[in-house]
Amino acid sequence: MTKSSFSNIQSEYLALIDHNKCVRCKRCIQNCGWGTYSFGGDKILADHSKCVACGRCYTYCPEGAISIVKNPTVLRENANWKEGLIKNIWRQSETGGIVISGMGTTFKYKKYFDHILLDACQVTNPSIDPLREPMELRTYLGKKPSRLDVGLDENGEPVLKSKMPPQIELQTPFVFGAMSYGSISLNAQKAMALAARALGIVMNTGEGGLHDDLVPFGKNIIVQVASGRFGVHRDYLNSGVAVEIKIGQGAKPGIGGHLPGEKIGADISKTRMIPVGTDAISPAPHHDIYSIEDLRQLIYAVKEATDYEKPVSVKVAAVHNIAAIVSGIVRAGADIVYIDGYTGGTGAAPNIIKDHVGIPIELALAQVDERLRDEGIRNEASIIAAGSIRSSADAVKAIALGADAVAIGTAALVVMGCHVCGKCNTGNCSWGITTQRPELVRRLDPEVYGERLYNLISAWSHEIQEVLGAMGVNSIESLRGSRERLRGVELTDAELKALGIKHAGL
Amino acid sequence: MITIDAAGMHYKELNRLIREGIGKGIKKFFLENINGQYYIGDGIKGDDVVININGTPGNDIGAFMDGPTLIVNNNAQDNIGNTMNAGKIIIKGDAGDVVGYGMRGGRIYILGDAGYRVGIHMKGYNEQLPVIIIGGKVGSFFAEYMAGGIIVLLGLNDSDEFDGEYFASGMHGGTIYLRKKIDFSKYSKDVELYEADENDMIFLKKYLTEYADSFNIPYEEISGKPFYKIVPSSARPYAHLYTSA
Repeated sequence: MTKSSFSNIQSEYLALIDHNKCVRCKRCIQNCGWGTYSFGGDKILADHSKCVACGRCYTYCPEGAISIVKNPTVLRENANWKEGLIKNIWRQSETGGIVISGMGTTFKYKKYFDHILLDACQVTNPSIDPLREPMELRTYLGKKPSRLDVGLDENGEPVLKSKMPPQIELQTPFVFGAMSYGSISLNAQKAMALAARALGIVMNTGEGGLHDDLVPFGKNIIVQVASGRFGVHRDYLNSGVAVEIKIGQGAKPGIGGHLPGEKIGADISKTRMIPVGTDAISPAPHHDIYSIEDLRQLIYAVKEATDYEKPVSVKVAAVHNIAAIVSGIVRAGADIVYIDGYTGGTGAAPNIIKDHVGIPIELALAQVDERLRDEGIRNEASIIAAGSIRSSADAVKAIALGADAVAIGTAALVVMGCHVCGKCNTGNCSWGITTQRPELVRRLDPEVYGERLYNLISAWSHEIQEVLGAMGVNSIESLRGSRERLRGVELTDAELKALGIKHAGL
Repeated sequence: MITIDAAGMHYKELNRLIREGIGKGIKKFFLENINGQYYIGDGIKGDDVVININGTPGNDIGAFMDGPTLIVNNNAQDNIGNTMNAGKIIIKGDAGDVVGYGMRGGRIYILGDAGYRVGIHMKGYNEQLPVIIIGGKVGSFFAEYMAGGIIVLLGLNDSDEFDGEYFASGMHGGTIYLRKKIDFSKYSKDVELYEADENDMIFLKKYLTEYADSFNIPYEEISGKPFYKIVPSSARPYAHLYTSA
């Protein structure tokens, strides 16, 4: 069909320039990855239709001459026929395509973290002052033995006789979520690697292989094996502290991924070990996994290839029967289970999946922790919770609901300048994060943003220490699964039951 | 050289002995009384290491393997050469499902038939060219999502049905060679069928000769018929599926 010459979709934002302030330095033209600005001979011109409100231009305008405003031209308001629905109909009628976007869902679902309150000590049991007293945030991810054998050495001192299964040591209960080279830039990965090393935590390669520049960071990296098996080989499996088998992702449970051929340049081709310019297709399922038994087979194939020296993590999206699924995963031999809630981010996913599939991480966590305890296998695997952990408060609540640690993805990108415009799929990110265009990637300095990531996680860690102190708990591991320290507000009985917590006041 | 009697031995112990042996510089292994042990050759390295397997090995032989040769003097099971990087696997019988999933390099030669999902998501990269040659027939979902490398389907047993359903769907790289013409109409829109030309046959000769030698079959018995080849229509089959919000 021939393409219509006009579109019904009006500009979402207006890029307004105060020409009295503008000194025509053209920095906005240079900074905008979307091509919004051009020079019209005597002044800067703006093509509003290209603006995504990523915030780069006004941040770097030395004169403060740019305002990005919502286009005041309205679509008639209608609570049923919402603007986004109408626009998608137009988009799809113009292109015939599946609507995709980056980041997590923008739908206004109930955020359970915002309806959970933490406990604190008053009078009868003293709180702890984290500024003066030891406060342990260190935690270990991996299988914990059901029993320990202790003996005496030749001097009569007690020694541990059991061989401990491999563990990842985290100095603070955070990891960076899996984001591949391809979905994000190498500089963005490097910033996380630098921060992870300085913090004593780990980042995750995602399914895009391990770039040579990141090999020295192996002690702070989890390498991922996904259905496309990109860049996966023996040495890759052995180059990090753990191997993660990716089954699903919160933003797109049950579907695979495509890194489009135009993003497969020479360097990504080398890292993913596929030819330049071909689509990197990750099929929806692993074609060797159709059951828990098959998953077990891959888990042990990885353990054999790494000589049982690395914990194996399995990443799944939070879906309706998550408790039973995770029980199966643990029984299949996973040492860590990474559960990604439905508000989790992505480099690109169909909106229909992102906005309508999966369940909240809070409910998933509570149910999984409860189920594993009931079955007496909670010690067999650690749990990482993910799916838009937005603050240290979310992290603390996730741990009290049953997680060992939390993963942050979007928050880490926000550190690097991300304004959550959700256009990651286009590859035009003005901040140099979700792009492979060299002139854009260059502007993301890994040292600068590595330090800011360090600052953020340090600040959140201190906040967690404050909260733990208030609760009278002196180690993060003591808080894990303490749902008794949580109370709900504005929640129904069914919601409270699913979360395994009482209503405030009770 | 070392002979390991694997009767009643768990795969974990067997594979530990193999890894230890390779670490000590042993090049030739003879595994006797193999009976279903998994993961033989998983993640091992060394271009000159040869492991002879007598008996029927279990799943996932040669997974993540990077250089050695496995010779199975019998049938083999599922997941042969899973994500293999380099090396050679010779099966002197039939193979199970999912042969060479995500395989990036090396060769897998199968004398008899293979099961479902053979060569799924196989991929080539630079000078790494994975090659699978199957003597008999294959099941459904053959070469699904194939992204690179070569698969040759010989159909030596002259069965009428030597390929299953959903043949090469989503294929976006690599080449499939067939020694028999197939009814192309029922196959994926993602691929095109041609007659193999002289250059194709020159290219294939090296692999077909090695295959014939592996099983003591006269080369002429394999090459004496016209070959056909199947290539993907596009390296980007899903480029127009999406629109950005």
